[in-house]
Amino acid sequence: MREYPAMPRSFAHLSDEALVALVARSDQEALAELYDRFGRVAYGLALRVLRDEKLAEDAVQEGFLAAWRNAERYMPERAKAGTWLLTLVHRRAVDLVRREESRRAEPLPESAEPAPQDSAEDDAWLRFERERVQAALRKLPDQQREALELAYYGGFTQSELAERLGQPVGTIKSRMFAGLARLRELLAEPNGESTWKPTFTT
Amino acid sequence: METDLHDLTAAYALDALSPEEAREYEAHLARCERCRAELASFSEAAGALAYATEGPAPPPELRARILQQAQRERPNVAPLRPRWVAPVAAVAAVAACVAVGLGIWAATLSNKLDRRTKELGREEKVAAILAAPSSRSISFGRGVLVVTKSGEAALVVNHLRQPAQGKTYEAWISSGGAPKPAGTFGGGKVVTVPLEGSVRPGASVLVTVERSGGVDAPTQKPFLSVQS
Repeated sequence: MREYPAMPRSFAHLSDEALVALVARSDQEALAELYDRFGRVAYGLALRVLRDEKLAEDAVQEGFLAAWRNAERYMPERAKAGTWLLTLVHRRAVDLVRREESRRAEPLPESAEPAPQDSAEDDAWLRFERERVQAALRKLPDQQREALELAYYGGFTQSELAERLGQPVGTIKSRMFAGLARLRELLAEPNGESTWKPTFTT
Repeated sequence: METDLHDLTAAYALDALSPEEAREYEAHLARCERCRAELASFSEAAGALAYATEGPAPPPELRARILQQAQRERPNVAPLRPRWVAPVAAVAAVAACVAVGLGIWAATLSNKLDRRTKELGREEKVAAILAAPSSRSISFGRGVLVVTKSGEAALVVNHLRQPAQGKTYEAWISSGGAPKPAGTFGGGKVVTVPLEGSVRPGASVLVTVERSGGVDAPTQKPFLSVQS
């Protein structure tokens, strides 16, 4: 069996988007590098949605394999490569949680898992990014934050949310729209290094 | 109806639509430029939510499992090899097919796409050189020169400030005689340059600042010189 050691520095200089282009050419080492860059966030996300390690692993695996199969359809203009990958994993996680109805408990409290052991520089960056996004979330009006969190981490559809919160679907839609628009603004604010940049201008 | 569909962009970015609603929205997306633009930026914001989660690292077996499964699905995978011309054409062809197939992006985005495609092609070329089993690396203060056995070479320079207006960086290969032009490039955090021409053992790679478009012979003293 072939071994996949941690990559030497050879791919370190490539952008995420270039790696996806290599993945489209069936380059497994590029896939490995993408996993090394995004696997941890992807797993954290899947675990938050699914609250089950086995299922979270399945979601990450299926998401990365979806990337492997569909990399040639990735459009750099549409999303950053990392966003695209995380979207694939998130979709799998949401599909799974909708099937495992009983598991979908209250999604809000942060996962009770022990804080991760931060070992490398990458983790410092991850921690920074986590704090930045959490801070932005805290600035949202409660109802908007609730709508975003229940939808994204809870895997509820807008109709399920409407029912759960006893509100018309239109209200839920507006909260998600306003919440996401506000989050986008907050993340774009130049306090510290912003990783979000608009990829489109209208 | 169509107006209602505009409002679904946030829900779609959050994966909060039922499968039927999602299909309907995707059909709408193909017709609505405004929604495509909005979705691109909403997706980045939704994707940021992934980073707000905390949890343990994935088990180490997961990585191996994904890579093994990937290999099982597409077993005829050649390792990275030097690819000099094909990548740009291949990426461009794929991009073009997708653009035509969707009938969406072609007009407004072709310029951006071309530029991006060129960048990707360049990076791929560098990747091929960096990953070639026969490559040697020569480190210098701000980066590394990588040369394959057959003399294909890539220069990687860290933290190179953008050249002044009307100027460009130009690489040169000098094998004792007059330096030969090996490509022009701009600045950046990490600049990767596939060199044009081959770098023989003992040859030097030089970089000068020249006027935009490049020149045939260096007019400045090199600010960087690496001997292979």
